[in-house]
Amino acid sequence: MSVTIYVPGDSGALSLGAEKVAKAVAKEAAERGVDAKIVRNGSRGLYWLEPMVEVVTDAGRVAYGPVSAKDVASLFDSGFVTGGAHKLSLGDPEKLPFVAKQTRLTFARCGITDPISLEDYEAHGGLVGLRNAVAMAPADIVKQVTESGLRGRGGAGFPTGIKWKTVLDTPGTQKYIVCNADEGDSATFADRMIMEGDPFVLIEGMAIAGLATGATKGYVYIRSEYPHAIAVMEKAVKVARRAGVLGKSVLGASQGFDIEIRSGAGAYVCGEETSLLNSLEGKRGVVRAKPPLPAIQGLFGRPTVINNVISLASVPIVMDKGAQYYKDFGMGRSRGTIPIQIAGNVKHGGLFEVAFGLTLGEIVDEIGGGTATGRPVKAVQVGGPLGAYFPRALFDTPFDYEAFAAKDGLIGHAGITVFDDSADMLKQARFAMEFCAIESCGKCTPCRIGSTRGVETLDKLAQNIEPEKQLALVTDLCNTMKFGSLCALGGFTPYPVMSAINHFPEDFRPAAVAQAAE
Amino acid sequence: MVLQPASTEIAARTAAVISELKSLEGPLIPILHGVQEEFGYVPQETLPIIAEALNLSRAEVHGVFTFYHDFRHHPAGRHVLKVCQAEACQSMGSDAIAAQIKQKLGIGFHETSKDGDVTLEPIYCLGLCACAPAAMLDGEVIGRLDADKIDEIAEEIHS
Repeated sequence: MSVTIYVPGDSGALSLGAEKVAKAVAKEAAERGVDAKIVRNGSRGLYWLEPMVEVVTDAGRVAYGPVSAKDVASLFDSGFVTGGAHKLSLGDPEKLPFVAKQTRLTFARCGITDPISLEDYEAHGGLVGLRNAVAMAPADIVKQVTESGLRGRGGAGFPTGIKWKTVLDTPGTQKYIVCNADEGDSATFADRMIMEGDPFVLIEGMAIAGLATGATKGYVYIRSEYPHAIAVMEKAVKVARRAGVLGKSVLGASQGFDIEIRSGAGAYVCGEETSLLNSLEGKRGVVRAKPPLPAIQGLFGRPTVINNVISLASVPIVMDKGAQYYKDFGMGRSRGTIPIQIAGNVKHGGLFEVAFGLTLGEIVDEIGGGTATGRPVKAVQVGGPLGAYFPRALFDTPFDYEAFAAKDGLIGHAGITVFDDSADMLKQARFAMEFCAIESCGKCTPCRIGSTRGVETLDKLAQNIEPEKQLALVTDLCNTMKFGSLCALGGFTPYPVMSAINHFPEDFRPAAVAQAAE
Repeated sequence: MVLQPASTEIAARTAAVISELKSLEGPLIPILHGVQEEFGYVPQETLPIIAEALNLSRAEVHGVFTFYHDFRHHPAGRHVLKVCQAEACQSMGSDAIAAQIKQKLGIGFHETSKDGDVTLEPIYCLGLCACAPAAMLDGEVIGRLDADKIDEIAEEIHS
């Protein structure tokens, strides 16, 4: 009897010992004469249960977790190959509340399939969107993506279809699709998960973008901090080429499309689209002024679609089920689903894909289960290092681009970092400035020099040197950075700084603290 | 023992890397990655060779080389340990973890131990934000760092 056992190969699971678990399972199975097929799937995104091992039984998949290598022998003893009970039993993974409450459109296959098996991908609904697109006129593909309401998931929230239309309408002998996989924001890992867990959905999305705009070449720019994602994407591109998904003809279409994987080199600012284009061209990752828009003069001066991983990976479902299907999820002008990444000091950290509209409180308290340390939640940073810190008083804010903007925050790439009451918000504000100083590309003076001045000013504040004056200076500096920087690095660093000052003023009064201590 | 002039050998190895990658569009960063893979760092004397091959000025190549955190000016230790210091890891005590690691290894960030065993670096996000605090040892990821895991890391480094 042959049994299929899933042991995730996702980086998060690997960081918690999945490789040792996979080896132990193989060894134990061999010793016991069990014919086991081990599949290295992606992660379902329940990181407090990783490594989560799943076994295929007559009654469906049964999960166990978190499994460490030393648990493997006892799992076999308990008959886990037929779904036997064990202290790590989780039952049907689809019925776990964290999974059951989600609406998985973009991440439908992530954690379920073998990431580099195209057969598995197709068996789970893959390539339907691309096949539909092959039979359509480019303008109709663009129209469908526009009507779905899909907005850029990288953070800016620009309508994807409008970007594509500009590239389609711009004449050019060579056009490009560039996928921004430079996911540098802390608290975000959705791009990494999809590249490691379901790479074909990204390849399919890019191929659709190629057909829609007349681009024949695609680049995936992946940060070098993601070696596993790079390796999986490289393998998947080769498989897709062999199967005729990529190459001189996309699944029989008159147009061809091919993809090349490029590694970043450790510069955070290259997540900004124009810096990324410069980096791909082999230049310093310095921000470009817009206009010209990348859609008109992008990579090597050619018309270029540059989209985030999740934006592109959300296109296949739109082309498969239709614009209306996707659009029916969400609220206001935020349509479809968003993979929320719950991270930091949180009990149930992981990826939760759901329609827009949940409140921040529901996400942190109900889905995330509060802090990992068990202490009260003090602040959550939404949107990465350039996102605002939200206090509990703003937990009624619904997850929606406009609602967050109205509260002087941003959704960004939908990462949420939870902090307990031990967090020092002055320290967090200082870090935001310090990070900006380390990563600034240097083009805009407010960002390049302002960030260093910001660190110094906050240090003076911490030392209680004329605190009121320092606060006024930082506020003024943030205003200059916000309006005097070309890109989001200098322009958005004020968000974490000012939100910390405005929502947690008690942390910015070192004098009061010192007096109270005496 | 026959000693070849280093520059000849370095030039030949650099040329081999360049010829493999030169046909790419925008080949400079792949070439710098390739050179670093070949030598463990980017030797200064390779920069003019790269500049010449790509028809760029030395200043342009120097500018690109120095812009990116990944490219090393000097050889690293036998192991490279990168410890995440970004927000999600901060929320789980990455400051204290980094302090313990520094003490254990006897070096600070951006330093290499005297025995050449290890180079310690901060990194800003490994995408393991739900498994914080996180680190990467020679490309292998480690999540939920604690005192035991730091001991294991130190053991592996010195073995």
